[in-house]
Amino acid sequence: MMRILAMLIWRDVALAYGLGGAKGARRGGFALPVLFFLAVAMLFPFAVGPDAPLLKRTGAGVIWVAALLASILPLDRLVEPDWEQGFFDQWALRGLAEDYVMLARIIAHWLSFGPPLMLAAVVSAMMLGLDGDTLVTLEWGLLAGTPGLAALGVTIAALSVGLRGGSALGGLLVIPLAVPLLIFGAGSLQPGGEGGLLLLAACSLALLAIAPFAAGAAIRAGRE
Amino acid sequence: MMPQCDHDKTKLPSGDDALLSTSGLACLRGDNLLFRGLDMAVQSGDGLHITGPNGIGKSSLMRLLAGLLRPFAGQVDRRAPLALADEKLALDQHRPLRDALGWWAAFDAGAKVTMAEALDALDLSHLADIPVRYLSTGQRKRAILARVMLSGVQVWLLDEPANGLDSASCERLGAMMDRHRDKGGAIIAASHVVLPGRAMTPLALEAYRP
Repeated sequence: MMRILAMLIWRDVALAYGLGGAKGARRGGFALPVLFFLAVAMLFPFAVGPDAPLLKRTGAGVIWVAALLASILPLDRLVEPDWEQGFFDQWALRGLAEDYVMLARIIAHWLSFGPPLMLAAVVSAMMLGLDGDTLVTLEWGLLAGTPGLAALGVTIAALSVGLRGGSALGGLLVIPLAVPLLIFGAGSLQPGGEGGLLLLAACSLALLAIAPFAAGAAIRAGRE
Repeated sequence: MMPQCDHDKTKLPSGDDALLSTSGLACLRGDNLLFRGLDMAVQSGDGLHITGPNGIGKSSLMRLLAGLLRPFAGQVDRRAPLALADEKLALDQHRPLRDALGWWAAFDAGAKVTMAEALDALDLSHLADIPVRYLSTGQRKRAILARVMLSGVQVWLLDEPANGLDSASCERLGAMMDRHRDKGGAIIAASHVVLPGRAMTPLALEAYRP
């Protein structure tokens, strides 16, 4: 079973990063969310002006909003293409539970946007003039929060599979559900808000625990 | 055209040697009852040809047999692993055909059919290095059949396997199906046209229309 899990994860990760002969893959991969994420961090100082204390105070919150929105970008490519191609049917025929396939997909999705976003956050933090301590808290927060975002994204992508305009709808559905992650993530950056990290991790864990089953059920229901 | 009402000729669920059997199977799509009371069984070496006009529920039956749809009534008893060839490719578009098929071969680890055999059986050897997305309709269909063959399982479910195939490919399909049955496999094929290869037991789905 671990071999199958590894195969499923590797297939998705290779698609996202264009590895192993996956050049020109349809998913477009990790670059777009990261560029989007950086673009927001770059635009924000232009919009509010070169007020260093203000940027420092609000910058981390902006990074969290950017991370959330960046995680929505690959939503339409997470489940839909494989669904249309019949991959899920073929896995089901081989007796593989949908929940298991979706677990692999969540892990692969996180691998293809979590770590790149954490790297890009270093650059964003420089652009917004955040100090070292804030950056460390931010990175811990992203590490705790992005798995939750990945779980949420895959679940919503599975739920909106086969719907017309499903990806746009999916994006809208993710936003309200991601609010707790945003509150605890950004909240942890306030003075004395370190407890937010724990709540953030708790939120992520809860989402991770539910998501494979919810997404798997969505795939099964989509067949009827 | 196949004669109607052949269900007397099809084998009834019998004994323990059926690889796949149904009893009292009914299929509801939307508000439409497509067929009901379907009893059938296939054993090693059998070929079953499901016939009927468009919309009679051939593809739905295939998905029911594969376990991808839930029966409205009755049950499907699966005693052997299945492979399904429908209109969906299930191969990575950007990968060369050999790698895309190879992914499934690695996934199914331990299949008895080699890549060279499968490619050769469907005359795909010269296309092995071409990315899947550049294949034509007929070539795609052959790639799907190659995927089924590579899986090395005993029961094949083929939904309109001859669609989009030229006459040479049709013959290859017939040879491939015959060989599979000779080796002890079973085939259930849904098609509104006559299928190549050795004669199969016809099953007219119209006879089960409510």
